[in-house]
Amino acid sequence: MTGIDRLKNAFVQSLGISATSDFDALAYGVTPGWDSVAHMNLVAEIESTFDIMFATEDVIDMSSFAKAKEIVSKHGVDLNA
Amino acid sequence: MTNDEPMTFDDLLARPQFSLSQAEKEAALTPVLNELTAHHRARCPEYARLLDVIYPGGGVARSIAEAPYVPVGLFKTNRLQSVPDEEVFKTMTSSGTTGQQVSQIAIDRETARRQTTALSRIMMHVLGPDRLPMVMIESGTLIKDRLRFNARAAGVLGMANFGRQHFYALLDAAPAQAASHVADDMKLDVEGLRGFLQKFGGKPFLIFGFTFMVWQYLFQQIDGRGFDLSNGILIHSGGWKKLQEISIGNAEFRRRFAESCGLTRIYNFYGMVEQVGSVYLEGEDGYLYPPNFADVIIRDPLTFAEQPAGKPGLIQVVSALPLSYPGHSILTEDLGVIEGIDDSTCGRQGKYFSVIGRVPKAELRGCSDVHATEVSRNIASAERESVPV
Repeated sequence: MTGIDRLKNAFVQSLGISATSDFDALAYGVTPGWDSVAHMNLVAEIESTFDIMFATEDVIDMSSFAKAKEIVSKHGVDLNA
Repeated sequence: MTNDEPMTFDDLLARPQFSLSQAEKEAALTPVLNELTAHHRARCPEYARLLDVIYPGGGVARSIAEAPYVPVGLFKTNRLQSVPDEEVFKTMTSSGTTGQQVSQIAIDRETARRQTTALSRIMMHVLGPDRLPMVMIESGTLIKDRLRFNARAAGVLGMANFGRQHFYALLDAAPAQAASHVADDMKLDVEGLRGFLQKFGGKPFLIFGFTFMVWQYLFQQIDGRGFDLSNGILIHSGGWKKLQEISIGNAEFRRRFAESCGLTRIYNFYGMVEQVGSVYLEGEDGYLYPPNFADVIIRDPLTFAEQPAGKPGLIQVVSALPLSYPGHSILTEDLGVIEGIDDSTCGRQGKYFSVIGRVPKAELRGCSDVHATEVSRNIASAERESVPV
């Protein structure tokens, strides 16, 4: 699995969405299931998937799948590998 | 930024918090408040009508204290919003006890974003940029039952952003009552807390809870049992009313925690559902400080004239955050006093104040006080016996 697949998998596991979802359309507070409780689970899932630690600012900024990619990459993860 | 360019809302957020002298804040915040008054007047017809009655002729505020204000009770009797229904992202309700009217606050996405960013700017001032392992003085069922989401759960989740490895330290003693999470038989998970401390207690960690619950379910249960919370940072809020009834004020609260378990980094905050994100965080001196984008004015309860420092009165709160409802300037039912201006002993600028209590006859409100009302009958006698006064 590439990094991007593992990131998608973290979203699937935490938000209870389908693996075939349109990931680029996911939005915090809009996508059913992505509420503030799920957000905490999602952050924890991404952190353990990639063994990274989000700063407070990352948790607050991660409002879309695109943002998640950006933040994970910033922490040194190569999503294409 | 040059001196003649007014500060924008984003500038106020971006600057280190508590860094504006009162004169700088007057200059920065007054035009922002005027803009908000005009914004809400143009978008919320009920608010416009109200202003026309209370402030005939309108006019532009020349100081923060001149900004028009509305009584907090207005949000209970009216749903005031400055955005169309389809833009309302969520409606926040206050934590009124059964039978009380609750405030209904309409939040759109931009206001929600501002609230979250603002709260994080304030909290990061004392917590730093990294999330800390976190103990919640709450039962995990509070946030599991999403259909019964209330102000308390929203407050807990707002704070959860600042932590990781969240440990919900309270247990519902009777599973049958767990769903109500108003049960009066919550217990501290003592073994769970010991486990958390073994794992994380050697480095800074965060504790959050509502004031009354922190006292009742954390302090009372660990006092004298050899817990070391010296690396803890406790953030708590929700009101002192119930603790005042058993003669526990802020100074006593801090002293007892320090003596009992070495917990000295304690930050109370004052805030309300009508201005979420705009919280007044305690400094190291025990006083409450407005962030850059908010302020307090104390008013005489009879004449509503602004009170000088040292004279108690009604607390008015102003905040640059609310866009979706006309709540940027609210007269609360709380009593407070300005303790000083620009002369803080803990390096913060501007006004600092204390909350004295609620206006007599105002409804009992505040997250921790609501819980307190539910359990007070059961604990009142026991508490009075066990707490030296």
